[in-house]
Amino acid sequence: MKHSDPAPGTEILAGFTTALATGAIRIIDLTQTLGPDFPSIVMPPEIGQSRAFRMEEISRYDERGGAWYWNNLSFGEHTGTHFDAPIHWVSGRDLPNSSTDTIPVADFIAPAVVIDCSRESAADADFLLTPDLIKAWESVHGKIPPRCWVLMRTDWSKKTDPAAYQNFDEVGQHTPGPDPDAVRFLLNERDVLGFGTETIGTDAGQAAHFLPPYPCHYYMHGAGRYGLQCLTNLDLLPPTGSSLIAPPLKIQQGSGSPLRVLALVPSSQAGASRP
Amino acid sequence: MSETIKRPKRKNPILKTRAPTLPPDRRSRVALGLVRGAALGNLELQCCAACGAVQYPPREACVRCLSPELEWTVMSGRGELVSETTLHHSQELFFRERMPWRLGLVRLAEGVSLVAHLDARCGPAPSPVRVEAVLDRAGQAALVARPADGDAALADEPKLRVMTSDPRFRKVLVTDAKSPVGQAVVKAVLEAGADLVWAGHCEPWKNPPGWPAIAELPKVTLVPLDVTDTKSVNELAAELGFKVDIVINTAEHHRTFGIFGRAGVETARAEMETNCFGLLRLAQAFGPVMQSRGADGDAGAVAWVNLLSIYALSNFPQHATYSASMAAALSVAQALRSEMRVAGIRVVNIFPGPIDDEWNQLLLPPKLAPSAVARAIVGALKGSVEDVYPGDIAQDWLARFRDNPKALERELGR
Repeated sequence: MKHSDPAPGTEILAGFTTALATGAIRIIDLTQTLGPDFPSIVMPPEIGQSRAFRMEEISRYDERGGAWYWNNLSFGEHTGTHFDAPIHWVSGRDLPNSSTDTIPVADFIAPAVVIDCSRESAADADFLLTPDLIKAWESVHGKIPPRCWVLMRTDWSKKTDPAAYQNFDEVGQHTPGPDPDAVRFLLNERDVLGFGTETIGTDAGQAAHFLPPYPCHYYMHGAGRYGLQCLTNLDLLPPTGSSLIAPPLKIQQGSGSPLRVLALVPSSQAGASRP
Repeated sequence: MSETIKRPKRKNPILKTRAPTLPPDRRSRVALGLVRGAALGNLELQCCAACGAVQYPPREACVRCLSPELEWTVMSGRGELVSETTLHHSQELFFRERMPWRLGLVRLAEGVSLVAHLDARCGPAPSPVRVEAVLDRAGQAALVARPADGDAALADEPKLRVMTSDPRFRKVLVTDAKSPVGQAVVKAVLEAGADLVWAGHCEPWKNPPGWPAIAELPKVTLVPLDVTDTKSVNELAAELGFKVDIVINTAEHHRTFGIFGRAGVETARAEMETNCFGLLRLAQAFGPVMQSRGADGDAGAVAWVNLLSIYALSNFPQHATYSASMAAALSVAQALRSEMRVAGIRVVNIFPGPIDDEWNQLLLPPKLAPSAVARAIVGALKGSVEDVYPGDIAQDWLARFRDNPKALERELGR
């Protein structure tokens, strides 16, 4: 009896795992460590609050459980390096397959481009990414392909002082992000899969005052697209050519989830994203 | 401040830290009647409802008419020192460590005679004195005869100082120094002569008004402390718990919702997390190491203060979940008091009415200024009480609660 031919893709997958084993494809962790010391989102105190990450020991090889160590965790869905599902925002409330348990899993592995805004963000904490800046980036690196993550590199993750990371003054938070036109451009002209940042939100710190407020949340999730925030190590990614593995926890009707974000990078391309 | 109390020398580290001893603390049920007043700083004695006789020591029935209808009644404390004596020997370890010890026989204006610890500043008998009920290191009521003019601070008397938890020369941890009350407490304990204050603060990205100035004060050291985070509490306790003489737990989470005003339990949980479990975390982390230092020289571990609320006694339905968390905190504080008593460490609970802060914006005056809360805390430490109800609202609600808790429950409702 003749064996059937291998399924299409078998060779590709074998080549992929070989590339991982040989280091031809490198894995870069884009995830901040999930712990109580990482800053949590700040909301006006009178409205509902996201719980900060907390860990309580169940037992540690002690009288509470002799031979084992484990913890109970509590935190908001939007804690640490996390994924925003479309249902997170009111604009995405009625979309199908918009929560962490129903999003098509194919969307969890996708290519990424990295737009380096680190110099601009260092000079101006309120720096905003605009369509013109995106087009300028494209003139060097090529047009952003559809269904692709767009990651905004600001080097904000290098701010290890939590006060500097949050960067509040008496009129609020000052962190970089996209302006409303940039979000509209990425969706309408480029059909992106989602937008990712190193800051505590996909929107800029002052985005509550934009029209519409929080444009990245409003438009991305309204279009059924996703957000990633509190990413790190974006400086280790090439401008183009990487892919992200970013599946959130399968939380029933979840609006988001902390997650491990891994970037796959061809090793010849690994390195700073600025050419 | 008196010059009679000198800065204690640093401990000789090759000598064993002494274990705390307590004055004799067994009391009959009826004798425990004294502690009700003493907890608040009042001298209460039994007064016969039938014949009006005042009596001491406490008994089951009136010594004059045998009526069992005895009411604990606040006394003036005015009296005359009839005779005095100095004790040179005792079978009690606590007093053996403190010999010689002065005692006096006092005739109160109300007509009863009693034996009291004698303030060294009282004139020789016969002389006018004022008798106060204080709490000794065992947390039991004790009577002290003090100069009648009333100006001499208990904490300035070298022997009777042990009845107090004077912050002078002590190291104080203020668990949330960022809040309005926390800021006021830092200033107040420094004014009271504390050696240093560890100013607990969390969420370093929040910079409320007044905080930068607190951080600049001499003798203030900022320490990261989030009472909702077990890791944070344990790390700080490991770092400096063995140096803390007084904990003042000012951390509180206050939202202003009735049970129908905020759907779900997240706000209530956050209040419980800080107000109740925060106290529990602090107690587990700092309590045992403080217990070990209950007799660590003349400025060892001495007190633990909890900022509670008058709403702990009876729920204020407009702030229902906050009230519930404070009732839970009070219960934890009672357990902590019991645990710390064995080391002679006093647990002081503060029950303010509405404090003049943002969360009480919509309540009409009178409201307590944060500085008034701080004064009440320092006053309790310099004196000898364990329950403090500062301000008119707290006093009024306490009186109504004691008179008829069901009536207060109805009155606080909508």
